[in-house]
Amino acid sequence: MDYSSGRLLVNQRERQSSRYRAWVLFAVPLAALLFQISVPRFFQFLGFLDMPLLVVVYFSLMWRSQLGGLAVGALMGLAQDSLSHDPLGMFGIDKTLVGYFAASVGVRLDVDNALLRLVLTFFFYLFHQCLYWVMAHALLGRQAAFEIQRWLLLGLLNAVVGISLFHFLDKLRESV
Amino acid sequence: MESFLNRYRNITVLLLVIFAQLILLAVQVKNDQDVRVIRIWTVTAVTPVARVLEAVRGSSVGLVRNYFMLHDADAENRRLREEVGRLKIQNIFLQNQLNTADRAKALEVFQAKTPSKMVAATVIGTGASTGAKVVLVDAGSASGVERGMAVVTPDGIVGKVIASYPTASEVLLVTDTEFAAGVISQKSGVRGTLKGQGTPTCKVDYVPLEEKIEVGEMLYTSGDDRIFPRGFPAGVVKVVHDSQPFKEILVEPSGLQHGLDDVLIVVGGVHQEIPPVPPANQPVYIAPLPPADQKTPAAESDAGAGAPNKAAAESGTEADRLRAVYKSVGDAQNHTFGEGLPGSKPPDFTKLPAGPVPPPPAGAGAHPNPAPANGAPNTPPRPATAAPAGTAAPPNPAPPGSVPKALPKPATPAPAGTAAPAKQPDAQRKANQAAGAGPGGPGR
Repeated sequence: MDYSSGRLLVNQRERQSSRYRAWVLFAVPLAALLFQISVPRFFQFLGFLDMPLLVVVYFSLMWRSQLGGLAVGALMGLAQDSLSHDPLGMFGIDKTLVGYFAASVGVRLDVDNALLRLVLTFFFYLFHQCLYWVMAHALLGRQAAFEIQRWLLLGLLNAVVGISLFHFLDKLRESV
Repeated sequence: MESFLNRYRNITVLLLVIFAQLILLAVQVKNDQDVRVIRIWTVTAVTPVARVLEAVRGSSVGLVRNYFMLHDADAENRRLREEVGRLKIQNIFLQNQLNTADRAKALEVFQAKTPSKMVAATVIGTGASTGAKVVLVDAGSASGVERGMAVVTPDGIVGKVIASYPTASEVLLVTDTEFAAGVISQKSGVRGTLKGQGTPTCKVDYVPLEEKIEVGEMLYTSGDDRIFPRGFPAGVVKVVHDSQPFKEILVEPSGLQHGLDDVLIVVGGVHQEIPPVPPANQPVYIAPLPPADQKTPAAESDAGAGAPNKAAAESGTEADRLRAVYKSVGDAQNHTFGEGLPGSKPPDFTKLPAGPVPPPPAGAGAHPNPAPANGAPNTPPRPATAAPAGTAAPPNPAPPGSVPKALPKPATPAPAGTAAPAKQPDAQRKANQAAGAGPGGPGR
């Protein structure tokens, strides 16, 4: 595939980008943040879910816009930072990169495929965890454990939950 | 140039955003200060919704949970379902109100008893990072809450405020790895530093090996950290190990034992004395003393016996009673137990005083006649049954050379060639009991 045909494919994908109503763009991230701060209090077993990350991955994949992806990632990350006791920017940088890369993938692949979504969510969860660990280690000097096996398992669980969530969020898309 | 910028626009924006956040991060880490504006915006945007959700959840959970209870009641009382349901829903509502009032009252009583000035708050959420030991409470700087204030419940310390916003505050729980507080043990006054581990238990650091601290001992805040006033319960010691260079002590924090719904934030701390006894959290029932004139069955059975038996009964055990009986026999025949060579004449144990005789042990392998405690020969007082010659020995054989007096007639003599019964037949035992004898044989 030469550059011109690749560019053509990208343009076709970009034209397929999903659109959402304004209230969806406001309510879904807010709901994800509320989920993150409220639900694990009563259902501790749901503490493994990183709902803001799933929302970032979904919007980035579906918008197929790198700028949109990094914007939603940065905003969600900073909001999550604000509600945790980490310094501002830890989740921000992390989710900005996730959003950017997810949007980059979305431009090139058919992200309506459920299996592909599963794989991408799993991959981005791992990427998110590893990047956070590196940043915490390098920038904050924290001696956190590198729990790759745990992350693999949690990544799989998040991916499975993500498939259902994405299916639900697909219904909130504006019909063109 | 324009096409170049157009081509690398996205990556340029990405780098700018990342760079800006790195600067933000570096400023915070270097100055050890927070960028409060962003946090205030987010918390102010999120916490009102969280509070509404919490209120809806609190009322709906109670209603739904109790609805199912009502559903069971409906099954039992179908005819009265509507009427009972309506009344029960009213009752549930009032019960919820009452529970809330009870909780508030408990906090109020604790507030009144504690000299420190405190503000009540409700937990409305947890920290956003996964696995965080941080909670959000609905009292903020508008209520006088500031960063660094202690958070407690009547059960003990809960954590400390790490950020205060107009409508809410962030509380770092005692179980967080970044939490630390000065504590002192109740009994020995050993000081240490309570630290969270990210698990339900905390550890106490910096306790020298020579200090003595016991499992079950209560720890209180020492006031050294200038966050927690002295005298608040911190936890109970669960594990103590000697380690290097300090003791390894694990503590169960007492403030988190009964869940975390309502808390008190100490806005004006006052040091208190360490209480001399740990707070009692479980009532213990102690039965009243028995009446003074009540007799035990064993004492009643000994009531008709002679003086030795009476003394033995007073001493309590079966072995003591038996010892007293044998000693009285020896005394009557001028025999001193423990003297005399083997083969010398033993006391005549056929002249036992009247009274109950202990039954032989039922175990086949066990020796049927326990020796008296003073070393007297192992001689039975009398056989329970007489076996004809040629049969196996009964469990209580007569001693060689002794002539049994007033031997009871066996109720059912064992036929020749058969083993003697190890136990008395029921009929004979009942007859003996009816005649006033003890369970081991007929009375004299």
